[in-house]
Amino acid sequence: MKYVDEFRDGKLAKIIAANIAHEVDPAHIYRLMEFCGGHTHAISRYGISDLLPANVRMIHGPGCPICVLPIGRVDQAIRLACDHGVILCTYADTMRVPASGKLTLMRARANGADVRMIYSTQDALKIARDNPGREVVFLAIGFETTTPPTAVAIKQARVENLQNFSILCNHVLTPAAMHAILAVEDGVQLDGFVGPAHVSTIIGSKPYEVFADDYAKPVVIAGFEPLDVMQAILMLVRQINTGRAAVENEFTRAVTREGNIKAQLLVAEVFELREVFEWRGLGSVPFSALKLTPDFAAFDAELKFGSDYIAVPDHKACECAAILRGEKHPQACKIFGTVCTPENPIGSCMVSSEGACAAHYSYGRFRGVIV
Amino acid sequence: MSKNNARALDIKNGCIEMSHGSGGRAMAQLIHELFTATFDNSYLAQGNDGALLPQAGGRLVMSTDGHVISPLFFAGGDIGCLSVHGTINDVAMMGAMPLYLAASFILEEGFPLIDLKRIVESMAQASADAGVPIVTGDTKVVEKGKGDGVFITTTAVGIMRHDITLSGNLAQPGDRILVSGTIGDHGMAVLSQREGLNFDAPIVSDTAALHELVAAMLDSGAKLRVLRDPTRGGLATTLNEIAKQSGVGMLLEETAIKVNPPVAAACEFLGLDPLYIANEGKLIAICAAEDTDKLLKVMQAHPRAKDATIIGSICEDPHCFVQMTTKLGGRRIVDWLAGEQLPRIC
Repeated sequence: MKYVDEFRDGKLAKIIAANIAHEVDPAHIYRLMEFCGGHTHAISRYGISDLLPANVRMIHGPGCPICVLPIGRVDQAIRLACDHGVILCTYADTMRVPASGKLTLMRARANGADVRMIYSTQDALKIARDNPGREVVFLAIGFETTTPPTAVAIKQARVENLQNFSILCNHVLTPAAMHAILAVEDGVQLDGFVGPAHVSTIIGSKPYEVFADDYAKPVVIAGFEPLDVMQAILMLVRQINTGRAAVENEFTRAVTREGNIKAQLLVAEVFELREVFEWRGLGSVPFSALKLTPDFAAFDAELKFGSDYIAVPDHKACECAAILRGEKHPQACKIFGTVCTPENPIGSCMVSSEGACAAHYSYGRFRGVIV
Repeated sequence: MSKNNARALDIKNGCIEMSHGSGGRAMAQLIHELFTATFDNSYLAQGNDGALLPQAGGRLVMSTDGHVISPLFFAGGDIGCLSVHGTINDVAMMGAMPLYLAASFILEEGFPLIDLKRIVESMAQASADAGVPIVTGDTKVVEKGKGDGVFITTTAVGIMRHDITLSGNLAQPGDRILVSGTIGDHGMAVLSQREGLNFDAPIVSDTAALHELVAAMLDSGAKLRVLRDPTRGGLATTLNEIAKQSGVGMLLEETAIKVNPPVAAACEFLGLDPLYIANEGKLIAICAAEDTDKLLKVMQAHPRAKDATIIGSICEDPHCFVQMTTKLGGRRIVDWLAGEQLPRIC
């Protein structure tokens, strides 16, 4: 397939792998965080770590939208569906995120709640149009990539005067999460970041410059294909070897320094910063998420239904929080692969294929197994 | 038109009514004018509660399969031919030659007769092409809203030669794994036409009866251990089932697994893995290493398996992992399907 196969070429991978192996300093351990779940997935699915020297260690970051959704947020969605009788629309993976009382949105649906899986915000609008007598709430989740489509839906709903449509907004911001990770005292030791792919198409490479300038951490923005990731690792190794810390862009076919200005303006028109938002793993992070501006408040399900966020602690044995901060590897969790599996996830990282635990379980659990 | 019925069924404008399942004249008319007339064979014409079949020498194999696909019509097929192929293939994967089919219909009140006719004709065609007649059947009608148009359960009976033993627990370390062609065509053909997800893609279901291919493979004399058709859950899930049943591991080569480019593109677009997408006209064969080339030649010479490839081998592994060398040269697990990837595809 054109424009895909080129970025999965085994021969090229070997060449990049040889360059990485040749250029790494054997005396140094390179601790690189891939922020995005998309990268985590690519690394696991293509077995990239098999092509890396042992002293290049990939640390999974928190960039998986459903992984960082705390239990209380899923509870809120379930309450809207069960107590207020709304049609709750959401993207597929969200359906399986564990909530309080052993519930998930999927189990809530089995119990009679009207929860519908959609592929785009346009589907949610259509459901609202087709059901004028019902309230329709879109559970909006995701980083900067999924925010513009939500903004489009909100503006369209206003134009069409769709008064039965609203959103439960959980859109979060990447740079804020990166700050939060670097701000943890005694947190994970990092030498650099493989920077987000799709998020960066929207926000550009500029917002990462602060991490290079203020924290002296190199950032290389990379596409989600395996060769993108390998090339970015090579670029990071080169920066680290020469003591540089800069923002470099491997994903030039889609990312510019300024990003997608049109999308940024659209988001700025519809959303504003939340003063604080609780993330799974990172805790309450100031100015790390979005809510609707007062002008669009009529579409805010939290206001419309008086739905308050109630924080709920994670399962006691679940290590998702430390895994999301990059402090622990999935196998370090006592319940990984035993109590917590993709069929019965206890923590959110075991749900989406972009989650560190699910990726390791589904693609890499043969590693470290004694045969 | 039957002389017992005043007016023929109004196929063009009519629809299924509760009376079509009530056991009365309307039901008799539906069976007579649509099912018996279309399936047309001497066993069905006996008109009794069951079909009296001639003696068959040998061991019998029997299999049944319910079909609840949505949408009912898709590129390359429909629920009718699918319900014939699916059950024929289940019998064929045992190494048996399918002889007869039974079909049971659950129809929803209000279902257009013209669509039902199309489905029944498609079944008749598939059955005739396969040489496996539908010899008995049943019809029930459920109230509107209690079904989804039509559900079809088919049962097939086949006969098996005495010298054949195929079973999911017979894969041995060293054996080779073959697949009869491209994967993911059926599931993506269905998904691409699902309401709310319409996208134009030249993807056609691979739904087909495989018993003649199986007969040719058995005639080759190659030491076959396992045959399976990778339907729900796709290639990945079926291989995991076999690995678990046989208590072995598998090592696959991603580059040897063929995917039609439009299927690969659609999967890419929707974030799906073709390894987990259903097939309805493909089989997996596990064969002794020394006979692999012979078997592959026979498969590639058959129109249903011209794109057959050797995709990997069986190894010892107490964990029963199915592992794959990726295109990139790394290693990964090809795991069981977790949760549901595509609802109602067969």
